[in-house]
Amino acid sequence: MANNKIVVKNLIKSFGKLEVLKDISTEIAEGEVVVIIGPSGSGKSTFLRCLNRLEEINGGTIIVDGYNLTDKKADINKIRRNIGMVFQHFNLFPHKTAKENIMLAPLTLKTMSKQEAEKKADELLRQVGLSDKADAYPAQLSGGQKQRVAIARSLAMNPDIMLFDEPTSALDPEMVGEVLSVMKDLVKTGMTMVVVTHEIGFAREVGDRILFMDGGYIVEEGTPDKLLNNPCEPRTIDFLAKVL
Amino acid sequence: MKFFDLFIKYFPSYMSAMKITLWVTAASLLIATLIGVVFAIFKISKFRILKSIANVYISIIRGTPLIVQILFIYFGFPMVFGFKWDWMVASVVIMSINAGAYMTELIRGGIEAVDKGQMEAARSLGLSYGQAMIKIILPQAFRIMLPSMINQFIVTLKDTSLLSVIAVRELVQNTKIIVANNMEAFIMYAMVGIYYWVVVSVLSSIAKMIERRTSYGK
Repeated sequence: MANNKIVVKNLIKSFGKLEVLKDISTEIAEGEVVVIIGPSGSGKSTFLRCLNRLEEINGGTIIVDGYNLTDKKADINKIRRNIGMVFQHFNLFPHKTAKENIMLAPLTLKTMSKQEAEKKADELLRQVGLSDKADAYPAQLSGGQKQRVAIARSLAMNPDIMLFDEPTSALDPEMVGEVLSVMKDLVKTGMTMVVVTHEIGFAREVGDRILFMDGGYIVEEGTPDKLLNNPCEPRTIDFLAKVL
Repeated sequence: MKFFDLFIKYFPSYMSAMKITLWVTAASLLIATLIGVVFAIFKISKFRILKSIANVYISIIRGTPLIVQILFIYFGFPMVFGFKWDWMVASVVIMSINAGAYMTELIRGGIEAVDKGQMEAARSLGLSYGQAMIKIILPQAFRIMLPSMINQFIVTLKDTSLLSVIAVRELVQNTKIIVANNMEAFIMYAMVGIYYWVVVSVLSSIAKMIERRTSYGK
């Protein structure tokens, strides 16, 4: 397929002697929304973190946007500009305001002028519904607001791939909705998204494809309808029985 | 009152000695901070050689008395390398090397106290390791370290008194010279103690003020 954004072949990743990813292969098309589910310790977050090389891999290849991430000569900093990432614990910069958090990358990397960056930040804050919080420091924001700023921040470099690492897992239940709704808006823009989550409802609603991971393997994958309603693998059936 | 008379009489000479003490302390701390940042990054790097260089440096400085370091650098170096120290330069060099070792540990501690998600978030945006360090990690590390840095400033300030062994006319040397003339050991050493105490107290309250000002809405 010519329009594959991410191609992963035979990916292997270990922490010391513990092999957490055992031969993972998959392809993600442009504009596709892939949701990864699975029990804790299944390797799903590690897999996501390999996609922008926050984890160094031990074997296999990962090609993102035509760039081979495993190539030692690849300019990883440049490739990462194109891949936004949202973390479970937000990781906002506490010494910067919401707006400064968003403007930091474009200004540091000199991809925008000060004016352009401000305009972009205002636009993004509006997009996530936080225009009134531009000058607030992270400590003054609720969990849901922090995560929405974090999403805005990762969009500031105009990435065309977004990775979400359990974006709602650290939130109080009443704040999950506001973050998911921002993510749903993002789906509508045609963004290529890879989302690790426990929100099965979100997976069903917006996922083009769901990967079920367990024990370092992709055990089963398919459309939400197929995987959630008619899973074939016993481990998938077992997992879904527990979470649904 | 005798104390007061002596205070007035020697005030100008103490002011010039104070200037030397503060200058040496401030310049040394500034250089020590730079040394500290570099060696702290050595210490947390994955390269064994850099780690070892930093460890040897810290171990030598921590394992020997400051007075030995002063005598060794001031008298030893010129013998081997054939040059003459300017006393001010020597003072700053010695105190920088000494405080640099302690600053390395402080800064390393500060960097490691910053949540590692901060580095990941910065790198995921496309910042290089250096950019992430400068823009994201170090500002937060310094904020965490501020109280211990002020403490180091106070320690170094008091340590400059040992420079009197190489006849640098800082506060203590100034007092020794005065006492040699007027024999008022009790009053004069009490006076120099008070000078130190006042400066240290002022520094401590400045530290508290800065700490309050940089709390970022917390």
